[in-house]
Amino acid sequence: MMNGTLTLFPLGWQHYLLGGALIGAGVALLFVFTGLVGGMSSVFSSTWSFVVNKPFFQQARFVETRGWRLVYALGLILGALVWWLGFADAAPQSTSVPVWQLLVGGFLVGYGARLGNGCTSGHGICGLGSLQWPSLLAVLTFMGTAFLTANLVGRWLP
Amino acid sequence: MNTQRMSFVRFLVILLSGALFGFGLAISTMVQPEVVLSFLRFQDFGLMLVMGGAVLVTLLAYRLVPRYLAKSVQGDSFHKHSSTWNRDTAWGAALFGVGWGLCGVCPGPAIAGLGIGNWSLLWALAGIAFGALVQGLRAK
Repeated sequence: MMNGTLTLFPLGWQHYLLGGALIGAGVALLFVFTGLVGGMSSVFSSTWSFVVNKPFFQQARFVETRGWRLVYALGLILGALVWWLGFADAAPQSTSVPVWQLLVGGFLVGYGARLGNGCTSGHGICGLGSLQWPSLLAVLTFMGTAFLTANLVGRWLP
Repeated sequence: MNTQRMSFVRFLVILLSGALFGFGLAISTMVQPEVVLSFLRFQDFGLMLVMGGAVLVTLLAYRLVPRYLAKSVQGDSFHKHSSTWNRDTAWGAALFGVGWGLCGVCPGPAIAGLGIGNWSLLWALAGIAFGALVQGLRAK
């Protein structure tokens, strides 16, 4: 018998909820111990501040946070590595998304997230988590254009 | 706050916070572009649960912790990033969504992808880093 749960979550739902709660736990731990707000996309601007001298990159909000943001990003890699080695038998991972889509999509993700001051974690998790309506508008906007793009690409490209 | 000289405890706590985040991204399979794209194509609504679970835990922490603690455990004041809605936010979010819908990778999974040995995600990571560079170079 098909039910709603099966069709909404064909691969099960527990790992999604658990993963989400753990992501939230990471953001919460950072906040409780250091008071910091842990969005992810800023690290891409703050790290450029090490090598690019343009005043934009030398703003205090990048220079003063570039240390902890890099450590946070390093933690992200380590956490994923623990899962890979401990829970996925280090099985080779790959994606069928073509390189040009990763590269061009990635460029727009980086440009857009920094222009809009936040990504899925900055606006999505931290912004919604602090009940800020501009972040809700940002989330609705990027969800909308992402739905459109993914469906158009799915229809027109093999 | 000067983070140039970071205490070892602070380093560990931030590393552990990131590790929880990265482990959560991996176990929820959000590090796989295919899973994100299947959500965006309405085939699997799992991303809603990931987002919902993360927002709920974050909301509780952001609401409750400052009620009981005057300062963070390490003695810093609790930061608040006010988001603003303006032209840049609107355009930025719209472009971000187009890119996300094209590749199925956002900043967190692009970084965490290095930990699961999915080297194809390096293309997305390079794209994001380059996009952030161009945004900064174009900014006033």
